[in-house]
Amino acid sequence: MTQEAQTDSVPCAAWPEALLIATLFAMDPHGLGGISIKGRSSPFFDAWLDLLRELLPEGAPLRRCPVQTGDDRLLGGLDLATSLALGQPVVQRGLLSEVDGGVLVLPMAERLSSATAARIAAALDEGQFQLERDGLTSLLPARFGLILLDESIGPEESPPFALLERCSFRLDGNGLGLADLAGDGLSLEDIQRAKAALPSVGLEQDALVDAICEAAQAFGLPSARPALLCLRVARMVAALDGRKAASLGDVTLAAQLVLAPQALQLPPPPEEPTPDEADQQPENQDEADPAEAESEPAPPPETPPDTQAEAEAKNQPNPSEVLVDAVKSALPAELIAALGSQAKPNRQGRASGSGGGAMQKSPLRGRPIRSRSGTLKPGERLNIIETLRAAAPWQKLRRRPQAEGATGMKRIEVRKSDFRIRCFAQPKEATTILVVDASGSSAFQRLAEAKGAVELLLAQAYVDRSRVALVAFRNETAEVLLPPTRSLARARRQLSDLAGGGGTPLAAGIDTALMLALAEKAKGRTPRLLFLTDGRGNIGREGKAGRAVAMADALLAARAVGLSDIAAVHIDTSPFPRPGARELAEAMRAIYAPLPYLNAQAISAI
Amino acid sequence: MRIAFPFTAIVGQDDMKLAMLIAATDPGIGGVMVFGDRGTGKSTAVRGLAALLPPIKMVKACQYHCDPRADKSSCATGCVHRLEGEIPDVGEMATPVVDFPLGATEDRVVGALDLERALTQGEKHFEPGLLARANRGFLYIDEVNLLDDHLVDLLLDVAASGENVVEREGLSVRHPARFVLIGSGNPEEGELRPQLLDRFGLSVDVKTPDELALRVEVVRRRDSFDRDSAGFAARQAEAEAAVREKIVAARGRLSEIETPDAALEWASRLCMAVGVDGLRGELTLIRAARAVAALEGDTKVEDHHLRGIAVMALRHRLRRNPLDETGSSTRIERAMSDLFGS
Repeated sequence: MTQEAQTDSVPCAAWPEALLIATLFAMDPHGLGGISIKGRSSPFFDAWLDLLRELLPEGAPLRRCPVQTGDDRLLGGLDLATSLALGQPVVQRGLLSEVDGGVLVLPMAERLSSATAARIAAALDEGQFQLERDGLTSLLPARFGLILLDESIGPEESPPFALLERCSFRLDGNGLGLADLAGDGLSLEDIQRAKAALPSVGLEQDALVDAICEAAQAFGLPSARPALLCLRVARMVAALDGRKAASLGDVTLAAQLVLAPQALQLPPPPEEPTPDEADQQPENQDEADPAEAESEPAPPPETPPDTQAEAEAKNQPNPSEVLVDAVKSALPAELIAALGSQAKPNRQGRASGSGGGAMQKSPLRGRPIRSRSGTLKPGERLNIIETLRAAAPWQKLRRRPQAEGATGMKRIEVRKSDFRIRCFAQPKEATTILVVDASGSSAFQRLAEAKGAVELLLAQAYVDRSRVALVAFRNETAEVLLPPTRSLARARRQLSDLAGGGGTPLAAGIDTALMLALAEKAKGRTPRLLFLTDGRGNIGREGKAGRAVAMADALLAARAVGLSDIAAVHIDTSPFPRPGARELAEAMRAIYAPLPYLNAQAISAI
Repeated sequence: MRIAFPFTAIVGQDDMKLAMLIAATDPGIGGVMVFGDRGTGKSTAVRGLAALLPPIKMVKACQYHCDPRADKSSCATGCVHRLEGEIPDVGEMATPVVDFPLGATEDRVVGALDLERALTQGEKHFEPGLLARANRGFLYIDEVNLLDDHLVDLLLDVAASGENVVEREGLSVRHPARFVLIGSGNPEEGELRPQLLDRFGLSVDVKTPDELALRVEVVRRRDSFDRDSAGFAARQAEAEAAVREKIVAARGRLSEIETPDAALEWASRLCMAVGVDGLRGELTLIRAARAVAALEGDTKVEDHHLRGIAVMALRHRLRRNPLDETGSSTRIERAMSDLFGS
């Protein structure tokens, strides 16, 4: 169903826009950071990538970097074969420096681990990186642009925010077919010419910088990065057009391309185009938004010193207003709906993709940490550098006995005792999933206790390397309020939004929690479920009210938990524990703890 | 070499800049941890600081660029400048500011056997790593929370002892490794272990400026720097030189700064009021205040010096009360106004 919605929302101008983005990106891949492309790989994308390849300068590399690329391939290391042949260490460049001057394509970017993302982001910021590996040290150039192929489906997945934020553009490839391909981009020469002219391209008016910052702020993008990228794009647009200064039109186009797809919130309501006289009263009482103060057409009560400037601004369109409106018009309809319905930006979804790809089930894979000595068992990998290091001090001694018999070839004698075996990080992380009954029957105070418990668990989380997630159910549905996280900062933000009230969809709550637990298990973590409820469901799976149906559904859901082999604890929060709750706990094969006088400390102790 | 964005041109972020200047004045402060959102100029500040720091004198032939005035025995065994009777050649170098890249392997961090020499000449020779390179300077780790635990532990241990002890591959080397650790991280990537946080002397929180005018200024300066870094740096040169002189002067004055009993009492009372465990908090508080007094050209530590740095010296040492929504900084501020008036 999302497919349909997206097809509808894609404007007909999608291909020209994609074309323009490719052209701009080809001008300066490193300066623009990157492009994030949403959607499964499709003919559309392949055609687009071919086009980009044509627009890039001759010989500029365009390489794919698989999600699970290790540090040795990503950053580089010792080129063993050459090093042994030459008898001296030779650096093998990693992907990051191999794509210097070109483009790095990251397929399945939503599966990228935050560790890998941080390495790429660091190289992207500096345009170079320091290689400190395998006894080598070298400063390698790495001026490249990124293409993130975001193949995520749900809102829970997304490429690491650290990379996403450094990308100037977003493209949506969903629903676009080959039929949409039309027209030709600019030629390579045009791009070269624009590139040469770029350093001298200025701004028509200095106020455009203010306008960009104001618009970025209005759409919830406080970081300086989007604004800077927007400014850069505006200049490029002007350069492509052969002009010497970026105009308001260029800035507007840049804002639509750069700011609109990243928007996290809609500008505050007073910004809505309304007749002048209507908005005077509510505006002054509203929150003191700096953006509002400047764009307000009517002079505020205390006359500012620069009335003249204000009067002038009245006559010509205020650049920031133009920009805000333009960006808003570029927002896809469904995004406006999503942003409007929730006041807070949905940031947790953006960030939660990080770390997803880092988990490995096999102890023979994962992130190499150090090496140990021992015998090599099948499947284990030898750390050759460390092994050679271990063997090196003994070479003189070992060679001596058969020195005469040797053919004169200098061989390195490696004995069994020299073997160094790679150890990999085995992420044995636990995820505690708190399932909180936020219905009316669970008093608000209980909810506060649950919030406290989550925070206590989180404070411990880093120490025992576990994560905490929060599922709450109320009214008709259950939702994952906090995807598994270790971040106290994020958790606090999410928790403060949780309000109680409504019915008790117990079955939905159990179902959602189980799904999350199974997903965690699939990622190689050990989930634990912690239910905080009085066990008195009154909304069934179908969303219908009725205690009997609800309890039957809840029992079914509970049995599924029981069969899943996932550890569970059921804390009965009702003041007078009833047999029904115990039955539920038994179905889940959970530890049952009636806690009439529950408090956060006690929960975290369980 | 590429030009770094000038330290003095960074808009706002006064706490972060002050913390770094304190660390530059008194390297014994124990490092600075910078927490903050992305794109708030954490890395920019560190790179800017590197360009700002005054050059140091060092023994030319020494791998660890030791101070010519330092006790010879503090350097590694076998190092050239420990040879008896010889008067070492003295040279000058920029204060090292070493980047600790994510993905660095342990052998490059602590140093290891020089493989090439071992294999080709059969010599056992120690090849110093990043820790040696950072001696007498700064070691900067971006995204500390993404670093492997064993590396973090190792770093903190060396930072605290000022000495790197290598026992591997039949090598036994100890060499000086006194550096100021600067860590940066994003709290959204996960929390740092409390015992790790406590090792940092100062901790600052950087945020994107709230005011639009400041943001515009950030973008403007960055943009003009990107377009003409050399010109931008030249325009900023005077301000940079002024701060450099300030650091040099403060270093010279540092040992003469008086610490009256009243200041010590002030620090103790505050630490008790906010419930900081251990003495490290108090010591850092006093030390940082002394550095601030030196930077400001004063002769003794006074209350306003302490007040200015109390939050950054203590905020990461507070026991976290998860049910209390107020941040550590607010608690310290509140305790200060309760104790000493506003």
